[in-house]
Amino acid sequence: MTGRQTVIPFGPQHPVLPEPIHLDLVVEDEHVVSAIPSIGYVHRGLESLVDRREYQDFVFLAERICGICSFTHSSTFCQGIEGMMGIQVPSRATYLRTMWGEYSRIHSHLLWLGLFADSLGFESLFYQAWKIRESILDELEATTGGRVIQGVCKVGGVRRDVSNSFLSDMDDRLDDIEDEMKDLTNVFLNDYTLTKRLIGKGVLSKEDAYYLGAAGPTARGSGLDLDARNTGYLAYGDIGFKPVVEKGGDGYARCAVRCKELFQSVEIIRRVITDMPDGEVSVPVKGNPDGEYFSRSEQPRGEVIHYLKGNGTKNLAQFRVRTPTLTNIPPLVSILAGCELADVPQIVLTIDPCIGCMER
Amino acid sequence: MKMLKTILKQFVHKPATTMFPYEPLENFEGTRGHLVFDPSKCTSCMMCMKRCPSQAITVQRAEKIWTIDRFRCVMCGNCVDVCKFDVLSMEREYAKSATPTERGVETYEITYVKPERPKKETAE
Repeated sequence: MTGRQTVIPFGPQHPVLPEPIHLDLVVEDEHVVSAIPSIGYVHRGLESLVDRREYQDFVFLAERICGICSFTHSSTFCQGIEGMMGIQVPSRATYLRTMWGEYSRIHSHLLWLGLFADSLGFESLFYQAWKIRESILDELEATTGGRVIQGVCKVGGVRRDVSNSFLSDMDDRLDDIEDEMKDLTNVFLNDYTLTKRLIGKGVLSKEDAYYLGAAGPTARGSGLDLDARNTGYLAYGDIGFKPVVEKGGDGYARCAVRCKELFQSVEIIRRVITDMPDGEVSVPVKGNPDGEYFSRSEQPRGEVIHYLKGNGTKNLAQFRVRTPTLTNIPPLVSILAGCELADVPQIVLTIDPCIGCMER
Repeated sequence: MKMLKTILKQFVHKPATTMFPYEPLENFEGTRGHLVFDPSKCTSCMMCMKRCPSQAITVQRAEKIWTIDRFRCVMCGNCVDVCKFDVLSMEREYAKSATPTERGVETYEITYVKPERPKKETAE
């Protein structure tokens, strides 16, 4: 029996949404038949500022595209300029970039885990997750000078060096953080309430994930081995890297990918610290970029692509960003069709939407 | 039983947060807190104004005035890097709060005087 169809608006203001996105949910009784997304609430026009700022200063603006994956945006932008100008970055700088990138991945995943617990009303777990995140942010602030917006990347390397003695201290502190994270992820993966809300909810098949263009943990949770770190950019080629892949395709699999990536990132940071080469951290940059470049890297939410076009002046001619959340919207729409109305907030959160990043 | 361990821990461990107004907030050595300007060294070269990504700094060369909008400043430290005369530096304390009427604008008069070039002694 089919009931009458009703359209229920979801967002742009909603308790589970940290950022504004609007979904028109077409429901029949309690079942969602389809979802129609509309975006564009926080568009700032950051990309068009390239013709008014010098390419070296735009790194700070590129970093502000997103408030969580800020470091990856700045390093991807610098990587693009360096590729266009043929600059060889010192290996210590690439190792430091890898380390900070992984620290920001841990802090982003912990932020998501906290927000997800909060969306279920599991307040104490939310505070536990953010307590661990705070110790990660302390490491970032001590080494780079900024908590969330680090401002440490520059064209030709990094702006700050970290002493080897400080690095070994960081390695020791990681042990405590790892123990705390083990307790935390144990709750996410085994707790009765959480598993009830995750297992079998919002299933995305492997084929759908591929054809709808899913990225990051959303794709890896559906069994797709898609990770830009496989390309071996920065120091990932030297360190060796194998992505975390789960086969379930449901919300639990996506949550499990993020939980396991926390420990993988800790492992990568340990490898980076032991293999850290000595030497300079930046090279002087002369001249202006000319040409085109596609720069790819793996954000906590998936693969980000920066397209840069220079015209031989100090301002870039064109700059375009494709963020992972934008590619995760079509899979989200396909997941939502057929789910229960009460599961919609949790399913929307399992793709880890970052709207500020998506609309720039 | 696992939960019991967590509950018992709550009674013995110290609070995870800092009791802020009673305990001073300690920043890390490398923290970029706020920008400090030294008016006695500034030569009004205007590099900080040109390279500021958020356009927080204004330099009026003729009037010898250096202005910063603390609300616009994003503490990136780019001006510190581009300044050739060591005029600007970063302090680790976070910038103080300001009222909306002040708009966080701070104005400094540049007191730098260009040293006179020693005159060439003409050979007699």
